[in-house]
Parts: sequence; structure tokens; C-alpha cells
Amino acid sequence: MSATAIPTRRRPIIGWGLHDGLVVARRNLIQTIRVPELLFFSIVQPVIFVLLFAFVFGGAIPIPGSDPTVVPDAIVYRNYLMPGIFGQTVAFASAASTVGLAEDMHRGIIDRFRSLPMAAGGVLIGRTFADATRQVLVLFVLSITGFIIGWRINNGILNAIYAYLLLLLFAYTVSWIGSWIGLYMPNPETAQTAGLVWLFPLTFLSNAFVPISSMPAWLQPIAQWNPISSLVLATRELFGNPTGIIGDAWPQQHPFAYTIISCVVLVAIFAPLAVRRYRHATAR
Amino acid sequence: MSDIIVAEGLVKNYGDVVALDGLDLHVPEGTVYGLLGPNGAGKTTAVRILTTLLDPDAGSASVAGFDVVKKPNAVRRVIGLTGQYAAVDEYLTGRENLRMFGDLYHLDPRYVKERSQELLERFDLADAADRSLRTYSGGMRRRLDLAASLIAKPQVLFLDEPTTGLDPRSRIGLWEVITDLVADGTTVLLTTQYLEEADQLAEEIVVIDHGRVIAKGTSDALKDQVGGDRLEVVIGTSEALGRAAEVLRSVASGEIVTNAESRTVIAPVSGGSTVLIEAVRALDAAHVPVVDVVLRRPTLDDVFLALTGHVAEEAS
Repeated sequence: MSATAIPTRRRPIIGWGLHDGLVVARRNLIQTIRVPELLFFSIVQPVIFVLLFAFVFGGAIPIPGSDPTVVPDAIVYRNYLMPGIFGQTVAFASAASTVGLAEDMHRGIIDRFRSLPMAAGGVLIGRTFADATRQVLVLFVLSITGFIIGWRINNGILNAIYAYLLLLLFAYTVSWIGSWIGLYMPNPETAQTAGLVWLFPLTFLSNAFVPISSMPAWLQPIAQWNPISSLVLATRELFGNPTGIIGDAWPQQHPFAYTIISCVVLVAIFAPLAVRRYRHATAR
Repeated sequence: MSDIIVAEGLVKNYGDVVALDGLDLHVPEGTVYGLLGPNGAGKTTAVRILTTLLDPDAGSASVAGFDVVKKPNAVRRVIGLTGQYAAVDEYLTGRENLRMFGDLYHLDPRYVKERSQELLERFDLADAADRSLRTYSGGMRRRLDLAASLIAKPQVLFLDEPTTGLDPRSRIGLWEVITDLVADGTTVLLTTQYLEEADQLAEEIVVIDHGRVIAKGTSDALKDQVGGDRLEVVIGTSEALGRAAEVLRSVASGEIVTNAESRTVIAPVSGGSTVLIEAVRALDAAHVPVVDVVLRRPTLDDVFLALTGHVAEEAS
């Protein structure tokens, strides 16, 4: 029945899922390079946040536990702020996954992918991997911006590398959540909104911009158990930046461990959900 | 010759909307099979089920002997799909697109390279191969889309309205490509709402409406089902209309229809062009002022109208 046999590849050591994921990631990263506008605005947004918070709110938010006679309040706040901006930025990486997948569905590319004999998770592995990888560049530009306004790494290079790796792990994790949402979106326009709407409460109900101790008592537990708070706190500790008063809740006491556990649990929940949804996703 | 696509009693509902209502298909290997119907008739739903994108609510289907629900990956290995929009990546070049799809079919990289070059040349895209698709015209995108679905030399190719939105020249170009493919032995399932397209390409046609088959056969057989040739005469003056109908009665094989508004007399005839000559002589002898005379075979549009009670394009 079949015509001439077509030479196929042998199964790679990394498995088909990762192989297909890398093929799709390459495609998504080429896209990033060829549409510099997209990358530009994904960098400009957090840079604007840095400048706004540092110069508009900076003087008004004292960080408990620091001595203004040694370092001025504004500089303390900037050092407190930068890990918060890092945390917020990587959380927003998920919106790119939401919009990207909605666009792929809308254009019928997901239909085409699904008609290929590729691994079911390939498209999503590629998407999350590429979206997290893009954050490397975003974090680099942000770090330079921070450095210019007085942010410093005070705890050694090795700890700083851990901090960046933790941020990238978090970006990868939320990309799975964003992907899962994206596969439910009827069109890219809705995805723009839906991809962002849950991120604002998530990032603001945390220690990213203001100390948790300044929030109303009933809100404090929520902020303390918010994985963004533990991510930001862990990053502050690793960079040697001011942390404010650390709460009694377990995630505040063990921010690094809690962040890793959160990432593992969230990927374990949302990756299977997203792949299951992908199997039935189709252009409308 | 065996049937390479078999569908039996396919049912698919979207809420209250019945997309497929017991669709049966038997597509012989090596043919172009036309699935014809208005928008919303269920064509795309049928293709989605056959290409494993959608599970049917009831019924079964197989492609190249593999059940589409139970063995989706085996089906995917032997099919190519070109959908209604060019499902290729905007930002990659033509060659990069083909490479990506070849990699995802798990083909040998060297083979993908050679095959890509071959397809790019065949589809007249060699010059544009290393340009981003943003510089491509609509016709070029469709051709690349088709090339992408051919990278693994599929046994069965699904073309879901492949020329929708194309200008006439690109459309004819794509038809030539499709005709070539079948010469290579590929089986093509083509959906279209352009009756002319089905007429041009498909050996066998099934007409579907409201999710079920309402007629099938070759294009000629379907036309015969509606009736044979028709003679259409446009008359110069309204007064002569009755006289013309009278004269044409002698050559007609059935009931004559007159349309006062367009001053047209339509007579079903048999016997081809001799009838035409006979009719013109008789009209001339009776001094009927004739503006236009046509002898025409029924078009698939006529078939469609007769079968469904509405024309193909307007329905939805």
C-alpha cells in the first residue's frame, strides 16, 4: 500500500516529547528574534514599573528593619523593590503563553500540529520552554536598569545565579498555567485580557512592592502563602537585599523550599491539564 | 480497488446543532473525492474527524485501515492536512516551515532537506524559500501550506476548501498541483463549496447537506440526475415570447419554461448540437427575433439547487 519507504529518524535519547518540544521552541524563539517589537515591549513594561515604583512610590514606602541614617529610605526601597519586579515580571511571562497559544489556535496551526504524528505534549513543552527562555533577556535588561538606579547584588555571584535560576523556574511554571488558559480562549483578543487579569491580584497580594506587615491583618496570611511572596523573599535573601519583617508562616520561614515545592506542584497539576485540553483543542 | 477512507454513520453534535447526522463515505484509493456542500453542511466536521482532530459522537471511521479514534497516531503518519487557512508560521521562512513540519513527522533530517527543496521547486517557491512568510502572497502561502502537508508523502491528503479566498489565477495554479498529485497515486479528499472546483478535480462527488449524504456519483451522473441538456433562447421582444415557445415545442424533449422578465425560453432537449441547429432554423422561419441561444449542460449549481432547494453559496 505505501509507496517508497520514507527515511524516518530513530527515537532520540531525550524521547519524542522533548525532541518535538525543542523543535517547537526553536520556532517560537525564531519568532521572538524576527518580531523585535514583541521583545521590546515585554522588556519596556517592567522597566517602566521599576521607574514608577522607584521614583513615584519609593519615598512613601518605608521598609521596616532598615536604618535610614545608614542608607537613605529611597535606596533601601529600590533594593527591596527590584526582586519584587523580577518576581512580577516572570509571573507575567505566563500571559505570553496564553496569547501565543490562542494565536496558534486561531491561525489553525494547532490543528496542523495535532494532525501530525508528534508527541501530545510537544507543542506545550516548546511553548513553555521558549517563553521561559525569553525571560533570560528580560531579566538581564531589568538587572541593568536596577543597577543604574542603585540596586546591588550583595550576597555573592553564586547566590545571585541561584536567584536567577529560581526566577526562571517560576517563569516556566506559570507558563504552564498560562498555556492551559490559552487553550480555552476563543480568540487572541480575549486571551490578551484573560492572560493578564489573574496576574494583577496575584502579584499585588504579595510582598513584591510593599511589606506584608503593612497589609490589613486578614490579608496577611494570603500574602504570606502566595508563592510569589516566597519567590520574591527567597530572591531578596539570595541577592542580599532588604527583606522587611519576615512573617511566621512556614512559606516565609522557608521561602526557597516553598517556592520549589510550589513550582513542582503547579507543574504537576497544570501540565497534565494543559496537555489534556490540547488533545481536544481546535480552531473555531 | 479498495477503499482507503471509510466512514460509517458518523454523528457529531455541537450542543443543539447537528453537524453530522449519520454520514457514510467510501473513498477508493488513488482518486480525488469531492465533498461538496454549502457552508455548515458538515464538510469541515467530517474532515476534522477523519484527520483525528475531533472524536465522533457515534459511528466509526478509518483511514488506510487505521481506526481514527483508536489509532490516531497511525492515521497521522499516513495523512496530510491542508485546512481553510494557511496553517504555516508567519515568521519563519518557507524552508524553515518545511523543516519544522518534517522534524515533527520524525523524518530523517537529510531527507527533509532534500524533500523541502524538491517541494519548493515544484510549487514555484524556490526563489522565496529563504524569505519570511510575511512577504508571501496569499497564493504562495497556500502553496507552502500544501507543500508542508506533502513533506512526508502522505497516502491520503485532506484538502479542506483549499482555494477559499484565492484569486482565480492562484486557484487554477493550485488545481494543477492537485491534479499532479493524484497522478502520483495520492488519494485526495477535497471539500469545497465551489462547484466548478469539484467539477474540475473530483472523479467522484458526494453532495452533503445538514450532515448527511444527499447524492453521490460522478459529476456527469449527478448532472444526468437533474436532467439532460437545456436550450436557452433569449428573445428580442416580449410579444414574440409565446411564439418562440410554440416553435421550440417541436424540438423539446420535455416541458418548456418561459421567463417573461428575462425574455428567456428554456427547453429541455436531447440530441446535442443537431437540436440547436434545428431550433435556430425553426425560430428564423417563424421570424422570431433571437438575441442569444445557448445549449448547456446542467452545472453542478443546477444539481445543487435541484437537490437541496437552495444554491450553494447563499446557504449557511
